[in-house]
Amino acid sequence: MALNLFSNKSKILMSAFVGSDAVFFAFLITSFVFYHGSSKGRPNPWRDLDPATTGMYSVALWASSGTMWLSEQALRRKNPRRVRRWLELTFVLGALFILGQCLEFKGLFSKSIYPRTDLFATTFFTTTGFHGLHVLIGLVMLLILRGLIAGGFGREDYQIEGYEAAAYYWHFVDIVWVAIFFILYIWGTR
Amino acid sequence: MSEVRVALPTIRKLEEIGKRTGIFGWVSSVDHKQVGILYILTALGWFCIGGIEAALMRTQLIVPENRFLEPYTYNEIFTMHGTTMIFLVIVPVLLGFSVYMVPLMIGARDVAFPRLNAFGYWIYSFGALLLYFSFFAHDAPAAGWFAYTPLSEKPYSNLQGMDFWAICLVIIGIGTTATALNIIATVATLRVKGMSIRHLPLFVWMTLVNSFVILGAMPALNAACIMLLVDRQLYGHFFNANGGGSPVFYQHVFWNFGHPEVYLMIIPAWGMISELIPVFSRKVIYGYAVVATSTVAIALLSFSVWAHHMFAVGLGHTLDSIFAAASMLIAVPTGVKIFNWIATMWGGSIRFTTSMWFAIGFLLMFTIGGLSGVTFAVVPIDWQVTDTYYVVAHFHYVLFGGTALAVLAGAYYWFPKITGRMLSEPLGKWHFWLTLLGFNLTFMVQHSLGILGMPRRVYTYPNIPEWNELNLISTIGTYILGISVLIFLWNIIYSARRGKIAGNDPWDGWTLEWATTSPPPVHNFDDVPPVKSARPLWDLKHPEDPDWLRKSKKARAKKGR
Repeated sequence: MALNLFSNKSKILMSAFVGSDAVFFAFLITSFVFYHGSSKGRPNPWRDLDPATTGMYSVALWASSGTMWLSEQALRRKNPRRVRRWLELTFVLGALFILGQCLEFKGLFSKSIYPRTDLFATTFFTTTGFHGLHVLIGLVMLLILRGLIAGGFGREDYQIEGYEAAAYYWHFVDIVWVAIFFILYIWGTR
Repeated sequence: MSEVRVALPTIRKLEEIGKRTGIFGWVSSVDHKQVGILYILTALGWFCIGGIEAALMRTQLIVPENRFLEPYTYNEIFTMHGTTMIFLVIVPVLLGFSVYMVPLMIGARDVAFPRLNAFGYWIYSFGALLLYFSFFAHDAPAAGWFAYTPLSEKPYSNLQGMDFWAICLVIIGIGTTATALNIIATVATLRVKGMSIRHLPLFVWMTLVNSFVILGAMPALNAACIMLLVDRQLYGHFFNANGGGSPVFYQHVFWNFGHPEVYLMIIPAWGMISELIPVFSRKVIYGYAVVATSTVAIALLSFSVWAHHMFAVGLGHTLDSIFAAASMLIAVPTGVKIFNWIATMWGGSIRFTTSMWFAIGFLLMFTIGGLSGVTFAVVPIDWQVTDTYYVVAHFHYVLFGGTALAVLAGAYYWFPKITGRMLSEPLGKWHFWLTLLGFNLTFMVQHSLGILGMPRRVYTYPNIPEWNELNLISTIGTYILGISVLIFLWNIIYSARRGKIAGNDPWDGWTLEWATTSPPPVHNFDDVPPVKSARPLWDLKHPEDPDWLRKSKKARAKKGR
């Protein structure tokens, strides 16, 4: 079952990696929390964030974890057509999230809010920007998986394990966004 | 059909490993032994460059008010010396020994991810070259190896040196993390049958623990470097007091990396010592389980002591006291290890090879460094000697007297396995005694200099009577150390070509790497001996008295009583 984290070298590698990466995000989020409220310049800078709109794009990202899981299940059941379909949907949902983040950043830039504007913007752009970078890398990874599947990848057991190890990364990126969304957008703008 | 397409090229490449010769063979290699040698030799090269930088600094300080180096050049050189020795020498050389030795010691064909292994080496090499490229870009980093803000911020370091520093450390960190992940996956999945976690050689134990320390520590360095880069490149405010940022926050993030880093530079060295002291004392390690578990304790504690680097910042008495207590606590498992090694030697028939001499030197020097470390945990002493040469003396006793001597011991121990030839023992003895003499001349007097108040990182000093003599002694010691390094280099070059043929098992060793030929074939083992204890080769050589049987006899005797 997919829950057996330590059955396979790829899964061990990816679990250890996301554990390490989680520490990195912990520091970025800590910087946001640590400086929250001590930002000099504009009063209440978090007014510029829009949790509702971002929340909609966030749902897309979280849903993509579900579709990824469905593609893993399909792979276990040796149903390549379904694997492809769920994988493509995962990619679309991830891309939608990136689109949302681009629009959000664009809106902030148009209000002349840049990383240099104040401490709130510095910590906000760094944390969400690095998460966006992780999603982008994840999208590249999904494309690679799609290519591999097209080439017949996924029939051997070790290939299925490898596919699931790659999926760990995607799930991890979604979980990190849960933390970021609730701390930066909900707690930070309350 | 498609499986064939995926699988075939891999198999063909695996067969080609080791058959390609010349430079291309090394560049394209994914064999853990070749990658390990690349790591070790590259680190040795950077060690020479870092050593030349040290010699330049000591030459500048040989007499008061010297004008040998410009002040800013001096800043660049001490920054690059620290950065080089830590990130380009110590960490990679330990990784090199790890990727070379771990698969052999656990009876594996290679590491779990050979390509990732090669990637780790090459990205490290690239980062190292990029870091030194900053010299040609007319501004090497000059804010010290821990790049404290605000000095490392744009207003105070306005050229691109600190950008090089931050970017290169992230790049090198990628390689370090990749290799750590690889070692974890290797030890977890590729152990030969019978090698349970209780039968792992201690070197493997320690590299495994060390890999977890790397995974916990590197993200903090990445975070610190990224925030510094955002400040410098995007005009952010993380550590910029004008915008509400806090320079002390940088120190917290950096030392969250920096203190585990200190341990990740020594833990594999302890592993080497734990391998070779038993072999050269002809005794089984005293307290195998304690040596292993105390390492885990140290690894965990190492994440809770970072603020002892920051006592002078003014964190308040409560925090100071907590971190002082935690720092003293970490000395306990470390001291336990020292006693384990001494107890292993006690009553053994010790063979004084060069390797063993270095191990004994390690025990003495590392203990001095450890004890001066405990003095820093006492906050008032720390306030008195912080940022003086006392600190410089302390961490050189830990990193040179500790790690470097242990790595040299390991080098003399494993050189026969890696090359098939012995390092020259007479040259080795010269190397050892000159190293010990030069090292102690250089750094012992720096304790006194620090207590007398000489600050570190200042390019010159006024004409004060005691300072003159002590600095002169220190510089002479550095030159002696330089000579000892030259002897070592000559020993390597000479012995690799003309050294005595080693044979498979020159030391009568007990771990699996001695069961194969020297150097090992590409596939490592034709047959891995059965593993039933932590000393499989002892069991093989002494079928009348194997470890696993003795243990079960003991257990039975206990039950009977």
